[in-house]
Amino acid sequence: MIAILNYDSGNQTSVSRALSSLGLENRITDDPAVILGAHGIIFPGVGAAGQAMGHLGARGLDRVLRQAVERGVPLLGICLGCQILLEHSEEGDTPTLGLVRGRTQRFNAALRDEEGETIAIPHMGWNSLEQTRQSRLFEGIDPGAEFYFVHSYYVVPEPSLVLGMTRHGLDFCSAFGRDGLWAVQFHAEKSGRPGLRLLHNFAAYCKEIGNAQ
Amino acid sequence: MLSKRIIPCLDVRDGRLTKGVKFTGNVDIGDPVETARRYYNEGADEIVFYDITASAEGRGIFLDVVEKVAEAIAIPFCVGGGLGSVADMRAVLLAGAEKVSVNSAAVKNPALISRGAEAFGSQAVVVGMDVQRVTACPSIPSGYEIVIHGGRTPTGLDALAWAGRCEELGAGELCVNSIDADGTKEGYDLPLTRAIRETVGIPVIASGGAGSPEHLVEAVTTGGASAALIASIVHYGEYTIPRIKEYMHRRGCKVRLAW
Repeated sequence: MIAILNYDSGNQTSVSRALSSLGLENRITDDPAVILGAHGIIFPGVGAAGQAMGHLGARGLDRVLRQAVERGVPLLGICLGCQILLEHSEEGDTPTLGLVRGRTQRFNAALRDEEGETIAIPHMGWNSLEQTRQSRLFEGIDPGAEFYFVHSYYVVPEPSLVLGMTRHGLDFCSAFGRDGLWAVQFHAEKSGRPGLRLLHNFAAYCKEIGNAQ
Repeated sequence: MLSKRIIPCLDVRDGRLTKGVKFTGNVDIGDPVETARRYYNEGADEIVFYDITASAEGRGIFLDVVEKVAEAIAIPFCVGGGLGSVADMRAVLLAGAEKVSVNSAAVKNPALISRGAEAFGSQAVVVGMDVQRVTACPSIPSGYEIVIHGGRTPTGLDALAWAGRCEELGAGELCVNSIDADGTKEGYDLPLTRAIRETVGIPVIASGGAGSPEHLVEAVTTGGASAALIASIVHYGEYTIPRIKEYMHRRGCKVRLAW
């Protein structure tokens, strides 16, 4: 069973629908016992970093996430869930979870795209993920496959953890992590077949780890 | 680099798909859930639903359609039509939509945009604007006026001023629909699309007038749009989304070709 972290953050239902369409058992929950007992955790999120940290703190889920990572429960952060795994967000100058070294910063509105037009912010729509490092998460996904993004801030994690990059005025990290602790900036749950494949890959890893234990 | 988005637009009345010309004479053209599934499989980048139902009973049917669509497709979709409060917005977002589109209600009550953005994030709030060409005057210097109630009521608002205001209030995207071009199949209003694009920093969706793939190329190049709405050219099978995308790709536009 995959636990989808419930902290009133919007896209949790879409994530659940996507997992269910893949035949994957899942539950939207804020119960620490259920979360820590799951095969894996998806940490979704849309909205503002400060508000999200507030909701997480109010439910004690910041501590639960920390425990989950310490115990090696596989975790996948999506969009805002990806950003707040890092230490700090420029959005409202917010200290975030710090489960991974790095920070989140805003796109500079003066940046220009390949056609010389100033970039639109939020970065909204389909864009390519260049797989810069091999990862189980990318199994069966074509190099350069497009995913659906909606965000105004981008992550700058510790360089050794960067798995994929995307271009929007500049090259930014759109996927990072290591086995069992991953994060993607795009909405895998709304990215058609490549997104569903990525969720499938995450679930397959969770199952393998669960069976090994 | 971002792909230009191709967004089929589905008008839904009493749970069925319709398509009108210049906002009148809607005809039933099918089941919205099946059509959404078909467009998803054909590579639509996003889908927009407008609920043009008037009755309360019809609204309930529509929410049911939104839920079924959410189960059928794994791409984002937006819902508009008759959303007049944060509670209305919440209902369609909870039913499974990613975005809401507000139009007349936002003109009458601009705080709806900021309240929606605060509650759900700017990314979830699209402002749809119906625009009509008029003779430029001191209160409408651009010569583009915002009209509401499906194009029937002029507001005296300059479209560029309103676009800037929407952005300030927290809109995440603007869908710019030309009343003059809508249903004509003669192409999008490119000067209008470009003028809005130059006024705001958020993505602009061109709407109204698509009759051929070349019109979409124009919208995302000359018009500077991030996305283009299409309706009749795909609803009646004249073109398919893959064919439109292949054409745009050949013409040098970045579009999503694999899905």
